[in-house]
Amino acid sequence: MNFTDLNLLTLSMLLPLLGTAALAFVPKTNVLLTKQVALATTVLVAVVGIVMTISFDFNVTGFQFVESREWIPAFGIKYALGIDGIALILILMSVLLTPIVVIAGWNESEGGRWSPKVFYSLILVLETMMIGVFASTDVFLFYVFFEAMLIPVYFLIGGFGSGERSAAAVKFLLYSLFGGLLMLASIVGIFVMATRYGNRTFDITTLSGLHTVLSPMMENILFLGFFIAFAIKAPLWPLHTWLPDAAKSATPGTSVLLLGVLDKVGTFGMIRYCLTLFPEASKTFTPMIITLAVISILYGAFLAIGAKDIKRLIAYTSISHFGFITMGIFAMTSQGMSGATLYMFNHGFSTAALFLVAGFMILRRKSSTIADFGGLQRVTPVMAWTFFIAGMSSLALPGLSSFVSEFLVLVGTFTRYPVAAVIATFGIVLAALYILIPVQRALHGPTTPGNENLTDLNLREKIAIAPVIAVIVVLGFYPSPLLKIINPASATVVSQQGFSDPAPTMSEGKK
Amino acid sequence: MSLDNYLYLSAILFTIGAVGVVVRRNAIVVFMCVELMLNAANLTLVTFSRINGSLDGQVIAFFTMVVAACEVVVGLAIIVTIYRSRRSASIDDASLLKR
Amino acid sequence: MVTNSGLIYLIALPLFGALSLLLLGRRADKWGHLLATAMSASAFGVGLFQLSEMLNREAESRPVTQKLFSWISVGTFNVDASLLLDQLSICFVLLITGVGTLIHIYSISYMSHDPDRRRFFAYLNLFIAAMLLLVLGDSYLNLYVGWEGVGLASYLLIGFWNQKAAYATASKKAFVMNRIGDMGLSFAIMIAFASLGTVSFSGVKEHAHHASEATMTAIGIMLLVAAVGKSAQFPLQAWLGDAMAGPTPVSALIHAATMVTAGVYLIVRSNFVFDAAPTAQLLVVIVGAITLMFGALVGTAKDDIKKALAASTMSQIGYMILGAGLGPAGYAFAIMHLLTHGFFKAGMFLGAGSVMHGMNDEVNMRRYGGLRKFMPITFITFGLGYLAIIGVPPFAGFYSKDMIIETALNAGGAKGIILGSVALLGAAITAFYMTRVMILTFTSSKRWDDNQHPHESPILMWLPMAILAIGSVTSGFLLSRGETLKHWLEPLFEEHGEHTELLPPIVVSGLALLMVAIGVAIAVIKYQLSEVDAVAPEDVTVFTRIARRDLLQDDINEALFMRPGQALTSALVKVDQSVVDGAVHGMGKMALSSGSVLRKSQTGFVRSYAVLILIGAAALIAAIWVVTK
Repeated sequence: MNFTDLNLLTLSMLLPLLGTAALAFVPKTNVLLTKQVALATTVLVAVVGIVMTISFDFNVTGFQFVESREWIPAFGIKYALGIDGIALILILMSVLLTPIVVIAGWNESEGGRWSPKVFYSLILVLETMMIGVFASTDVFLFYVFFEAMLIPVYFLIGGFGSGERSAAAVKFLLYSLFGGLLMLASIVGIFVMATRYGNRTFDITTLSGLHTVLSPMMENILFLGFFIAFAIKAPLWPLHTWLPDAAKSATPGTSVLLLGVLDKVGTFGMIRYCLTLFPEASKTFTPMIITLAVISILYGAFLAIGAKDIKRLIAYTSISHFGFITMGIFAMTSQGMSGATLYMFNHGFSTAALFLVAGFMILRRKSSTIADFGGLQRVTPVMAWTFFIAGMSSLALPGLSSFVSEFLVLVGTFTRYPVAAVIATFGIVLAALYILIPVQRALHGPTTPGNENLTDLNLREKIAIAPVIAVIVVLGFYPSPLLKIINPASATVVSQQGFSDPAPTMSEGKK
Repeated sequence: MSLDNYLYLSAILFTIGAVGVVVRRNAIVVFMCVELMLNAANLTLVTFSRINGSLDGQVIAFFTMVVAACEVVVGLAIIVTIYRSRRSASIDDASLLKR
Repeated sequence: MVTNSGLIYLIALPLFGALSLLLLGRRADKWGHLLATAMSASAFGVGLFQLSEMLNREAESRPVTQKLFSWISVGTFNVDASLLLDQLSICFVLLITGVGTLIHIYSISYMSHDPDRRRFFAYLNLFIAAMLLLVLGDSYLNLYVGWEGVGLASYLLIGFWNQKAAYATASKKAFVMNRIGDMGLSFAIMIAFASLGTVSFSGVKEHAHHASEATMTAIGIMLLVAAVGKSAQFPLQAWLGDAMAGPTPVSALIHAATMVTAGVYLIVRSNFVFDAAPTAQLLVVIVGAITLMFGALVGTAKDDIKKALAASTMSQIGYMILGAGLGPAGYAFAIMHLLTHGFFKAGMFLGAGSVMHGMNDEVNMRRYGGLRKFMPITFITFGLGYLAIIGVPPFAGFYSKDMIIETALNAGGAKGIILGSVALLGAAITAFYMTRVMILTFTSSKRWDDNQHPHESPILMWLPMAILAIGSVTSGFLLSRGETLKHWLEPLFEEHGEHTELLPPIVVSGLALLMVAIGVAIAVIKYQLSEVDAVAPEDVTVFTRIARRDLLQDDINEALFMRPGQALTSALVKVDQSVVDGAVHGMGKMALSSGSVLRKSQTGFVRSYAVLILIGAAALIAAIWVVTK
């Protein structure tokens, strides 16, 4: 059966919206039904995502599942969708994580400012946006999704978070809006340039030829508009400070979507927009970006070591991981590019595992300070083990998924920028510290007062966390299926930039 | 007689109006000064219409009159309301925006 | 090369044991240890079967491979998950599974009172699987998986009793220091891929000849860093002493017989790299020589029986690294010492465990004494191991250590004389501190309280000790008779030219024995013939004090890395809050304050606004007038 005719992308974006519409008819008091409808919707979307992955032809380069309709003809704006391997991987990750978040955060919605109905509507709307942002092939459409995504997240943090949720939500919004504004300016600039040179369009494929007629100065300015927006999203040092606050204040489920999916829009955007539209400017700025990435890796790791709050700690580890992803992207080798893409997928799951288990722990202990835990391994062994495995994945233990991607990034970077790769590799020692310190404080040692009677994971929580752990373990040993999807796309990106992998040097020694 | 004199007259009228708006405190007087400025502008428009031999200026003058009439209605209504609540028609008393 | 689909069972069996014990949880408490032991034993069986198969083939066709699946494939970076069993790895396979099985059996009894025994066996099986993967991987990246896998198992086992805060810290320390070594391995792999385009053993070997020496030196040094971390060599040795926090069988298996020798395996496995990189090779012998002295000196001052043995392990691995760094002449002897050491050191650790078992987990040797009468079997097995380690003929250590000393002396020139002297001196110190351990524990007068009731351990514990003791007695003779091991391993190494003999072998042996005799004599005079204090005396020489503090290794690490690291971390936390985030908040504050300044111009008086508008309009008109004029 040929699924490509079904407009699967639009379908997967419509389903959550239909779910939201269905939620409108659920009485406010019937919380259980609300959750069930939300769960059913997200599972259905996940099935569509899996079908999409299965029917994806990984021998073909270029976009698949292409759809295109006129939207605003006056400006050449289209509702145009299509995915390559990189986008597919990210959509798959998003649609798989969403139902897990719904199951894991079954009771998250009840302490909020508004009713659970609002919570799940926001989650579902967010899911539509997440798919849309990865699937757009029209720059303007991408921008609309990119900015619209902020709205549900703003309300999810501000309405259902904890602690200083309003401040964190505002900080998140202001940061993102600032980046978005710069990107909007660049998009207008692109459109003006495209119009001047005869192509009144926002189509990414057409625009990818635009750089040949741009002056270097203009290209650099337009590039920076996009890049700063993405560097804020995928927090790159020094634009990262919104993330720890947002992650600390949001519910664990929201944090998973925020760090796992939303932030990937930044790194995805770097590949899809920065590199494709402005190859020359990318080359110009590569040294600077690699430097920032390396700083992020070490800086995030050090701050994670120094973090006292478990959610902030995870947020800082993510800053370190995003440094790796960015470095892999701009290394401009097929290993770096594929590794970075795989890293995005793996980071989604390992961070999800960390955040969800941290959420379970916080829910029980009513505190997110690491020092309040202690000796959990003997009180709640299953919870402790899941946290441990998630942590091991975060520090890229071989045999777990993150290792493959991290190593690919390092190898890919080393062949072109050995110094950066060498410095970044020190991050793996720091990673051991930032994972083992909380493991020691929270899981090991004597059981501290207040922790004796904590309950272990219940069945629902186990069901939520099990698939995440399974993905982490299976992809550690058998990443080939994903790599087969990613490789053609990343090879295309690298070759479009006019790069080919450095040949083995054989002669000169590097250290 | 040169048409320039009309322009001079309108300039004088406009200046009187402007000074009146700035100097006087009573809302009614200020309002009348505004009307004076509007009419000075009208005179200019009509004069230029005459100089250029087109009717555009006269048309715009009509528009201005209509708008001025509407403005008078709204403005006087506001002044009356303020007077009712504050027992004063001094516009310096109505400086609530500052706070 | 011959393919063989049976290799996976070596890893799959213990892995299955580990996973089922971990996943089944408490349900497997009753029989978990039996399953784990059976899995380890059957892996040993598979190993024996592979050995017999291998013996039936010609020397050239002995290595077998098995490709499992394509693991990572991106561009030109293609790594298969595939296994390689050759003459070198079979030695390790048999050592790991053989000694491993014995230690499983021992642990059944040793851990019988621990409520978490099942978890302990799961970790042990996990370790066996990871260690087998390490020695069976056919590329550096596959090896890396096992390399960190054993690190993980070691971490879990050192911290097995992590409810004690100090033990949890020890496990973390071991993992982090190992990670520094792992970083070296990462670098080696990256350099290999960037300059040679391959990361498999065969691929690197192929290119080793025509790659530049600088490249091979870089790879070699990085491999050495990896080996240094895993094998607790100088300067990454500090974790091994603390690793004794783990249960004693763990110390026997992981921190004596197998995992810590992985560094030696890595260097011998990468012989083609080091043969092409003389500088790296020189560094290897320097590291080996320093560590063998370092460990020996620390061993002389330790009162904790396990820490004394750990220091001895470090020193003995120093010998192996030294041997491995001597090039083709020394590879076989390094491996031989590794195998014999696996027997006698594991046996002695199990003996120490048996002593602790009988002494209510007391580890301080100053609280032992005269245990010979109460634990005869432990005394005999430990004693055989002791004779082996100090190198008394015909025990195992004599053959293997003697060979390394001889090869070191024959390395040529000043290098040979220095290395040989260090090795000889090390032998004397080894004899001293091992005799000290022996005397303090078994033969000197009793120094324990009367509420201690030392007793011999049950058969499940002494049987493995006895078997290992037999190995300590015979393995050296068997492996060196007719140079069995050397010929067995020969196809893997480059031919090496004739070397000059500085001294005839018989003289070297005589010298070594003389050194041993001196060491033993000093120890006997110092500890057997005079009273030993039950509490460590405080009025000791500066040297003893430093040696008790592990030659200040922790102080140096703390001063050089830990405290600056902590300072950097807390500084960065402050910077993040005040500078980076401060800049953002500053912008917000600036907007607010500029607003409050500008607000003052808004008086609320309509007429002042009107004036402003008027002035503005006038200025605008004036500007236009000026510009257009």
